[in-house]
Amino acid sequence: MINYLKKNQLKFAPIYFLAPTIILFSLYVIYPIIDSIWVSFHSWNGMDRSLLDSSGELKNWKWVGLDNYRELFFDDYTFPINIINNLKWLILSLLVIPIGLGLAIFLNQNIKEMKFIKPLFFFPFVINLVVVSLIFTWFYMPKYGLLDLIFRSVGLEPIAFLAEETLATYAIIFAFFWPAIAYTMIIYLTGLTNINIEVVEAGRIDGASGFNMFWNVILPQLRPATFIATVVTVVGALRSFDMVAIMTKGGPWGSSSVLAYKMYEEALFSYRMGYGSAIATILFLIMDIYIAWFLYRLFINESSEK
Amino acid sequence: MFPLPVEKLPKINQYRYRLFLYLSVILWLLPLIAIMLVSLRSLSDLNAGNYWGIPTELNFLQNYSEVFVRSPMATYFLNSLIITIPTTIITLIISSMSGFTLAIHKFRFNMFIFAMFIAGNFIPFQILLVPVRSITIQFGMYDTWYALIIFHVAFQSGFCTFFLRNFIKELPFELIEAARADGATEVYIYTKIIIPLMRPALAALGVLIFTFIWNDYFWALVLVQSDSVRPVTVGLQALRGQWVASWNLIAAGSVVCALPPVIMFFILQKQFIRGLTFGAVKG
Repeated sequence: MINYLKKNQLKFAPIYFLAPTIILFSLYVIYPIIDSIWVSFHSWNGMDRSLLDSSGELKNWKWVGLDNYRELFFDDYTFPINIINNLKWLILSLLVIPIGLGLAIFLNQNIKEMKFIKPLFFFPFVINLVVVSLIFTWFYMPKYGLLDLIFRSVGLEPIAFLAEETLATYAIIFAFFWPAIAYTMIIYLTGLTNINIEVVEAGRIDGASGFNMFWNVILPQLRPATFIATVVTVVGALRSFDMVAIMTKGGPWGSSSVLAYKMYEEALFSYRMGYGSAIATILFLIMDIYIAWFLYRLFINESSEK
Repeated sequence: MFPLPVEKLPKINQYRYRLFLYLSVILWLLPLIAIMLVSLRSLSDLNAGNYWGIPTELNFLQNYSEVFVRSPMATYFLNSLIITIPTTIITLIISSMSGFTLAIHKFRFNMFIFAMFIAGNFIPFQILLVPVRSITIQFGMYDTWYALIIFHVAFQSGFCTFFLRNFIKELPFELIEAARADGATEVYIYTKIIIPLMRPALAALGVLIFTFIWNDYFWALVLVQSDSVRPVTVGLQALRGQWVASWNLIAAGSVVCALPPVIMFFILQKQFIRGLTFGAVKG
């Protein structure tokens, strides 16, 4: 037996090397995705699914078909607000990429103090979003916040950004910029240090400089960095839960809520697991587009290497 | 090098560059400087509306000791460590195993499993929320450290497997073939050849995962609820409700909550950046 295992170990090795990860991943990622989609076709308050009531019907768990989706798309007036806010996040967060690139170019110098300055630019990224949100909540705070102070010192009427329905979302997105720019900057700085110097020098000899050089020589070489920066920023923007939850709780009057936050509220505060899962499923489908694009890119690269 | 090195510019432009650079560092760190300054202020200053002026007294010790003594911050902090450290270690162990086999062994579904791990990184947490919460309750783990540890291990192992598999793929395959020719078992190859070679990748990944887990807010919000198990992120947010206008305490708490990843970042900067920028250069 032992001999047999030893002889065929190449065949069995994948099984025992993969087992722990696969088991955990299936239980906590794969199964929940399937179950969430299944729950989205039901009305469920989160209690025991198999419990019967006095007439022998399932008490807590009921098949409702597409009702949750129908309600979401046609009857829930907050749904469009959430979708629009998600779009605002998605589109505005893309600004992080050129800003991060600009900052990286600005910092890509070999002067001696740069060794200490670069890390100072990086580290908003490692500060957790709860703290970032608190800092900015306080930055926007009426009367005592720094922004208020700046507004008044230049003679403008102060605005309570987080309390304005039309502005709250933008204020949160602006706060998200801080760690997100730090991240794209790191990515681009690494990209810039790996640029092929000969091509740049050859370009200089040919008289390319400034924007021309940047556009035709540098940017194409930074493509992998741009790809990673885009993917991570977009995923971060769609996951905007933490900041919304801490800075406004979706308010005022639901105006800054996003799908991720709405889902959490429906499931955990209103005990509408089915409805919440329908929202999660929509969010999941949106994200799938990105996943598909990412995998496609990755496998094209993988097969071109061989 | 791009852009043109400033050393090649006229002296006056070099000074301009430096001036602009220092100004932008200050502007960039302004939110952080602000919160650190407030964490030193006294409540009477805040009550008098003195948020930005010169503080009348420095309350460093009072504020920070109040955070630790008069609130469960110390417990939250400890909880974060209890959750974060084992998660990081277990994740690295199991994903180095799966990364190893996905990189080295040829078998059916290899690519499929690999793709699954990658895709797992991008899914929105909300699609996992309801079932993961039910599973956790069913296993009797709701409101315990284990709930968070197991979930984080499961979720992060996808990303780590992806990272480590690509790292191992870059190693010279001849090493493994030579070991096999000498009769080495796969377990021997993994423990004695691959693990030592993987050390830099494990270090890079370790600091990254530590930061991710430490900074997690969502799962700490939905899988635990008592003060005795809550990590700092959720704890800090809870304390904010109690402290309302005591921004000096909220600020001190924020500094405490942000500190471990920041310290780690400054000590292990190289590893950190290597982990983060993985894939940004090639691929």
